[in-house]
Amino acid sequence: MITDNSYPRRNPTALLSSVSSDSHTWNLVYLELVLAEAGYDVHNLGPCVPDELLIENGRRYRPDLIVISSVNGHGASDGTRLIQRIRADAALAGTPVVIGGKLGTDGTAGAVERERLLLSAGFAAVFEDATDLSPFLAFAAGVHRAVSTATGRIPDEHTERYATVRR
Amino acid sequence: MSTPNDMPPFGGDFGAFVRRAHAQGRLVVQPRMGFGDPALMREGLAAVARLPAATAGTITLDSYTRVGDYRAIEAALANGERLNGYPIVSLHPDVTLGVTLGLAGPDFQIQVRHGSPDPLDIVRAMSRVGLYATEGGPLSYCLPYGRLPVRRAVDNWRRCCEELAALRRPGAEPHLETFGGCLLGQLCPPSLLVAVSVLEALFFRRHGLRSVSLSYAQQTNHQQDLQALAALRTLARRHLSDVDWHVVLYTYMGLFPATRSGAMRLAEQSVRLAAQGGVERLIVKTAAEAHRIPTIADNTQALRAAADWFDEAGRFADGPGPMGGGDHSDGDDGDDGSDNEVLHEACALIEAVLELSDDVGRALVEAMRGGLLDVPYCLHPDNAGNSRSFIDARGRLAWSRAGAMPVRPQPDHDSPMSSAQLLAALSYVADRSAAASPYSTASRREG
Ligand code: B12
Repeated sequence: MITDNSYPRRNPTALLSSVSSDSHTWNLVYLELVLAEAGYDVHNLGPCVPDELLIENGRRYRPDLIVISSVNGHGASDGTRLIQRIRADAALAGTPVVIGGKLGTDGTAGAVERERLLLSAGFAAVFEDATDLSPFLAFAAGVHRAVSTATGRIPDEHTERYATVRR
Repeated sequence: MSTPNDMPPFGGDFGAFVRRAHAQGRLVVQPRMGFGDPALMREGLAAVARLPAATAGTITLDSYTRVGDYRAIEAALANGERLNGYPIVSLHPDVTLGVTLGLAGPDFQIQVRHGSPDPLDIVRAMSRVGLYATEGGPLSYCLPYGRLPVRRAVDNWRRCCEELAALRRPGAEPHLETFGGCLLGQLCPPSLLVAVSVLEALFFRRHGLRSVSLSYAQQTNHQQDLQALAALRTLARRHLSDVDWHVVLYTYMGLFPATRSGAMRLAEQSVRLAAQGGVERLIVKTAAEAHRIPTIADNTQALRAAADWFDEAGRFADGPGPMGGGDHSDGDDGDDGSDNEVLHEACALIEAVLELSDDVGRALVEAMRGGLLDVPYCLHPDNAGNSRSFIDARGRLAWSRAGAMPVRPQPDHDSPMSSAQLLAALSYVADRSAAASPYSTASRREG
């Protein structure tokens, strides 16, 4: 794990997390692998992450991208509260934050309205019940490109990367 | 609404109810239903009670209550947001009495299902309204449900057992079901599920419970599941002879088929498993599982179908079910267990854990610390994380890496997993349910 920010990083960093009330983890295990395969170093915070813990880790790792996943049906409520706090934090105010999963309790009913509210609260993108990950992958690739160009980092895209499930 | 002061709220005997139904040749079917709105919750319980089947009622609690975030419930209720379950702690006892009054009784028992490593508030709230049956366990309500240290979950669950047990009085027998037979819902080899279920039941007994049920969740292979159920019964007879116990099966708890027909086939397969495995109670899933919180109608349809399939299964007792029986290569899965691989592994795990301490709770903490129990793909900080599982060529769950557990892995199958491979493993059951032919045509066997 990268804890020292002065060390030249090779890959952009993603902070992956659930919201405070959601204990599902298969989504996180899966997305950790997806992000690693997309060339990110991933910090997976796991389930039931209190807002403060997420912000603390954000300050510590200064990620290039924050990915929030929730499937328990409270994602829209928890996400709205969380993003307001992230946006209010000086260190993280500019970091792109996306959210996805199953964000309400009634399937995709109300998804359009939820997306509007979540975007206006400060998320950069919303991927509700995204079985097709390509829009998300395109977004992640865009952030990756922008970061690599800005810092002159050479992403190790040629090394085959497999993330491991962290403790 | 309120009961007169001299009349304590109903307590009931969940275990005795299930035993009676079983003696009559009936399978108790139960939903996993829960709504934030008390009126809807009552309507749902009433609909389940009315069904022409042996049913138990369920009040499933919401995620905020599970993590003890009562402020979020207030906010959600104030904003008119829908909760994913019933907030029993936040509502006044009179409101919950209004939900259960006239429904809860000797012939309709209600169980509270949650998922909290710190369940004292919940146990107190339910017992105030005469609900004495719930589920959980110090490992199974900790590892998949958050980040609280196992040590603390063990302490919390000890106190919860003691408080529940103290409610016992004539006509009221507290009941506790293990969730150990489910853990993360998928990709955990059955031996570990069986072992944790038995260990949690031992923990419950040690802390005063006299009526328990042992859970097991349907996995990837029918034949292996039958072995697991036989193993669970053998071990319960061995370790729990002095308490009332029964076995409860859960319809598949992992990634569910997205189509109605696939969901129905998988549910039917689980009823078949319940019938052949001699299970007393079944927790059913609905066709909405892959998509949203099921409605009352979703639930009653699923319960009705399960009860009908069970009647049918009685007439076709040996049939393999709509998804086939898997392999029959190791023949006898009977109770003597001579070639029951699940039983051998579960025994080894249980013995290794019980050797660590005379106190089951302490033994569980030590076992997690030493990786003697190590749940594959579990992100909990107290899980060693050195085990891995895979689905073998016969469709059985097996170990590719065992860490410190006393089970034999097949290291040939231990390779790093890509996201696509993980998703394929998670989708194995859903894909097979979608592909299987309907039971009512191709695979029905005359019995
Ligand atoms: C396994 C499971 C569990 C296990 C979880 C174990 C664990 N530690 O993970 C257990 C049994 C413990 C469990 C518990 C609960 N569960 Co659950 N669970 C499931 C189940 C069956 C499968 C989930 C799964 O493993 N999926 C595999 C992963 C890879 O897929 P995924 O999570 O859907 O994610 C995909 C997409 O959504 C997308 N995605 C997800 N997040 C993100 C984020 C971004 C940015 C992007 C781009 C994409 C994306 O990518 C993934 C790949 O396609 C689902 C139903 C189903 N899908 O079949 C219910 C389900 C998610 N659970 C549900 C609920 C409500 C709960 C509980 C609250 C209990 C309850 N009331 O029923 C508790 C959770 C308590 C809490 N504090 O949150 C509901 C949610 C309802 C809703 N949203 O409307 C579901 C849908 C079941 C249902 N129909 O009621 N659950």
